[in-house]
Formats: sequence, structure tokens, C-alpha cells
Amino acid sequence: MIRYLAKRLGYYAALLIVAIFLAYALSCTALGPRTYFEAKQPRPSAASVDRQLTALNINDHTPVVERFGKWSKDLVLHADLGRTIHNTSVNAEFGRRIVVSLRLLLIGSLLGMLLGVAGGAWSAVRQYRISDRTLTLVSFVLLSTPVFLLALLLKNGAIAAKDAVGHEVIPFTGYETPGLSGGIGAHLADWGLHLLLPTLSLALGGLAMYSRYQRGTMLDVLGSDYLRTAEAKGLTRNRALLKHGLRTAIIPMSTMFAYSFLGIFTGATFTESIFGWHGMGEWFIQAINEQDINSVVAVNLFAAVVVLASGFLADVLHAALDPRVRS
Amino acid sequence: MTTVIAESSIPAPAVEDAAPAGRLRLVLGKMLAARGVLVGAVIVLLLFLLAFGGPFLTPWNYVTPDYLAIRQPPSGQHWFGTNGLGQDVFAQTVRGLQKSLIIGLLVALFSTVVASLVGACAGYFGGWTDRALTFLVDLMLVFPSFLIITIISPKLRGAGWIAFVALLAAFNWMITARVVRSMTRSLKEREFVRAAEFMGVRPLRIIVRHILPNVASFLITDATIAVGAAVMSETALSFFGFGVRAPDVSLGTLLAAGTDQAPVFPWLFYFAAALLVLFVLAINLIGDGLRDALDPTSEGARPPRKSRTRRTSRSSK
Repeated sequence: MIRYLAKRLGYYAALLIVAIFLAYALSCTALGPRTYFEAKQPRPSAASVDRQLTALNINDHTPVVERFGKWSKDLVLHADLGRTIHNTSVNAEFGRRIVVSLRLLLIGSLLGMLLGVAGGAWSAVRQYRISDRTLTLVSFVLLSTPVFLLALLLKNGAIAAKDAVGHEVIPFTGYETPGLSGGIGAHLADWGLHLLLPTLSLALGGLAMYSRYQRGTMLDVLGSDYLRTAEAKGLTRNRALLKHGLRTAIIPMSTMFAYSFLGIFTGATFTESIFGWHGMGEWFIQAINEQDINSVVAVNLFAAVVVLASGFLADVLHAALDPRVRS
Repeated sequence: MTTVIAESSIPAPAVEDAAPAGRLRLVLGKMLAARGVLVGAVIVLLLFLLAFGGPFLTPWNYVTPDYLAIRQPPSGQHWFGTNGLGQDVFAQTVRGLQKSLIIGLLVALFSTVVASLVGACAGYFGGWTDRALTFLVDLMLVFPSFLIITIISPKLRGAGWIAFVALLAAFNWMITARVVRSMTRSLKEREFVRAAEFMGVRPLRIIVRHILPNVASFLITDATIAVGAAVMSETALSFFGFGVRAPDVSLGTLLAAGTDQAPVFPWLFYFAAALLVLFVLAINLIGDGLRDALDPTSEGARPPRKSRTRRTSRSSK
């Protein structure tokens, strides 16, 4: 199992390096920081623009490979992601925003995953009953609603509630109430309330998708011989379902977890922008509009690491659940 | 008509044992049996009629403002109301729907073609072709495609929406290609492919004539669902200003324009939102029904039996 996982890890590392180089090259060709500096008032001289661009390591007159060499050297040796276009540290911005984004990404994806797997399995056991049909219908509607629209609808609902009651019932901007006084308890409650709508907008999509697939894999397993054998040997129906049924039914899902993180990351980008969270996704959209190459690459690095890490976790999960993989 | 008579004249048990009906009839029968497909197909048809016939129903077009009606609620004059510039929201919505539908269809078509070719080549040739193509697929899956599309899209500002279609399709084929690859690998071992090989048929011809028809049912289902997914991507990107751009309208740009005013002027937002969800929902219903009808291993295709055999084909996906 260790050998298998080590091999996967090596493959992911190779993928990461090639992917980051491509993302770097792509950002360098697609974005034009020179125009950003040239548009400044009063218009700086060409030499001064060049000097500033070179200082930030984003001068388009330097070959991309050379710039990438310097960038990756700084990253590997000093863990330094470079400077933003405003000549501030990318690392500082990264550190500030990663806390915001991970809170949303982790809670949103885990919640969606758990609810989806549980809901799908439950739905399969109760196939064609009212509860199964209701969950199927709800997940179909949710699957047909893009995340940004779901987030907007939740936000509009919160605004409507605010207008109806006269004060804010569920907060819909930012991740904390600025200048909130009170103890740690009050702060935690405040965080939780602010998390509610953004997390919901991510988790509901996950719930819908996972429950559909989990229902399918669980139905495949339900009539299987080994499940009947387990029951024949004296396990109760529920125990057999949990220990033998669910375990087998989750195996094909582990690959899904990895892929779905791509979607969840994209969804989080929209959610952050809509609910005014200053996270990675909002930073990315802002950086694109400001032609800020180093920040764009930093967000790409973050996304790639998150996606590959979730891919690796899926491999671990797969290997842990399915003994055939380990040999 | 003749089939009805023929069937009614045969005693019931004989119908059970009758020779297998043509595959097309079998599939059609199953699809009609699934109400979801029917409902979905009717909705999609109506939406297409609305998108392409709608502009002829109203005297207004999607750009010309009506200065006498600024931000008016829906009325007999302006069916979906008007926006802050006095433009007719109905005309804009049907125009946006039209654009979104075309983009969704084209993206699904292109990405399915790419996915089937890449997947079939990787699976059929194996060896280094397989390794290189698999690496390419994995590489493109490292980044959420939204990030890459967003980076590239400012470059395509002048190229119009066709370039946007190409971009969406270019980042939408990878997962399908993976499934086609694994299906091809098992098809390659089958007798009819072997026979063709021994007869000296060239590889590309084998792929087109023998492999692809056998994964066609998966591709059709997948392409259907891809239409919905592409429309969702398109609206999301356009919403953030990275897709369809003014003066062109799509459902995404309409949602972007209407979102801030939605609590006070709901008609600017909810008509487009409802049409978007309705279309994707209908497409998903069709896709789900198609999967049941075309995929012999899927759940709804067979009457429930007491003991189901474990299906290997599903888990290999």
C-alpha cells in the first residue's frame, strides 16, 4: 500500500510541476502588466516602467523561462511567492486569504459529502418510497441550479428577510461583523452565522451530486450475494448494510471526491465574490482584472495543490477501502 | 398500427418470448415509459420555440430602449417588464436564452467529439500514446477549468462568442475521455475488433467503425448532460464578465445586470433565473432517462429482480 501511494505521490508531484509552469507561462502571455503601469497618471517613462516590471519579475521583455526560473527559485529556497503588482508581498496576502477560503472550502465540501453519501444510501434503501422520490426531485433541481445562482438566491432570500423584519436576520456579507464586542462565544456564534449561507450554497450542490451517485452505487450493492451472506451469518440488516454494503458502495465514490473538488473550488470562487468574502477566489478575479501575474499564479498554485491533495486523499481512501488496490 | 394488432392477437406469454424487437424500438419504448424524458423533451422543445420564435412575438428588440417605460413591471405592453434603460426584458430574455442554448449545444458537440477521439485513441493504441494522452488529461484536470478560461478570456475580447465556445469546449472533455478510454480498453479485446484487426483494417477505421458505435450510447447520454453543464458554465462565466459580453446578451449577462436590483425589481432577475434552471433541469431529466434507456446495466432499464448480479461495467467507470 505504501509503495502504491508513493508512486501516486510521485506522479502528482510531476503533474504539479508541469502544470504550474504552464499556468505561469499562460498568465505571462495572457496578462499585460505593462499596460497597467503605462496607464498610470502622470504617465511614467518607458525606462521607469521597465525598471518597475523587472523589480517585480513580470517584465514581458524577459523570457518566460528565465522569469519562471527566478520565481521557482524564490519559491523553493525562500518559500516566497513574489510581489503583487502594488509591490506588496504575495505571501502576506496569501496567508490572509487562505484562512478565509479554507474555512469555506473544507466545511462546505465535507458537509456536502457527508450529507450526500448518507442521503444517497438512505434513499437507495428506501427505493421508490416518498422519501426517495422527494430527495431525487430536490437533488435534480439543485443539480440544475448553478452555484452562483444558488448563492444569489440565498442572498436575495436573506435580503428579503431583512426587509420584512427590519433588521438583519442572517448576515449575507463578509465573514464577521466588524467591531463586534463580546467574548469568544459571541465571536464563534457570529462566525457560524456568517458561514451559514456561503457554506449552504456550496454544500447543497455537493449533497445533490453525491446523493445521486451514492444512490446508484448503493442500489448495485443492495442485492449482492455477499450482503445476503452477511445477513445469513447472523448480522442484522442494518449492521450488514453499514459494514458490508456502504463500505463497498463508497469505493467508486472515492474517485468522485477528487474530481468534484474542481467544481467545489470554482463554486467557492463565485460564492466568495457574491457574499463579499475576501478569499482566494475573490483575489483571483481581482488579480485578473489588475493584470497581477504573481497573484494569479499564486491562486493557481493553491488550486492545484488543493486539487492534487484531494486526489491523493481519494487514493488513500480507495486503498484503505479496497484491498485489491494495495497488492 | 400493425404492431398493435399483431401483439394483441398473440397470446400474452408469446409476447414475452417474442424475438427481440429492434434496438431502436426497444430504446424508444423505454424512453417513452420514463415520464422524465417526455417531460424534459417537451420543456426543451418549448424553450427552443420560445428562444427562436419569441423575437417575432414582440414588437420590441433587445437593444432599442422605450423611453416612456423605465423599469416598468410586466404588463401587456412589455411582457417581462423593462430595465433601467427602458429595454424590453422579454426581448432580452429570449435573445439571451437563444445565445445560451446555442453555446450549450455547440460546446457539448465539440467536447464530445474531442473526448471520444482522445479517449478511443488512448484506449485503443495503448503504450506511449495512452501514457501521453492520460498525462494530458490529468494535467488539464489539475486546475479548475474556470481559472484557466478566466485567464485566457481577456485575450479573446475581440474574437466574439465563437472563441468562447471553443474555449469552453477545450476545457470540458477530459472526464468523458477517461470513461471512453476505459470502455475502449475492454472493447479492444472483443472478437469483432480482433477479427477486423486480422482482416487488416486500419486502426483509425476500426476506431470509427467498431469502437465508437459501441460507446455511442454513453456518448449520447454524456453529451446531453454536457449541454446542461455547458449552459451553467457559460452563465457563470458571463455573470462575472468573462464570457459573453455586451452588446450581446446571454442568460448570464442578464443575471449579472439584474442581480443588484432583484430585491426591488424582481422581473429583471427571476425570469432569466427561472428559464436557466428550467432548461438545465429538463436537459438533466432527458439525460437521466436516456441513461436508463440506453445503458443495459443501469437501474431503470430492467424490471427489479430479487437478486441483482453485481455489475462490473458500472464500477469500472
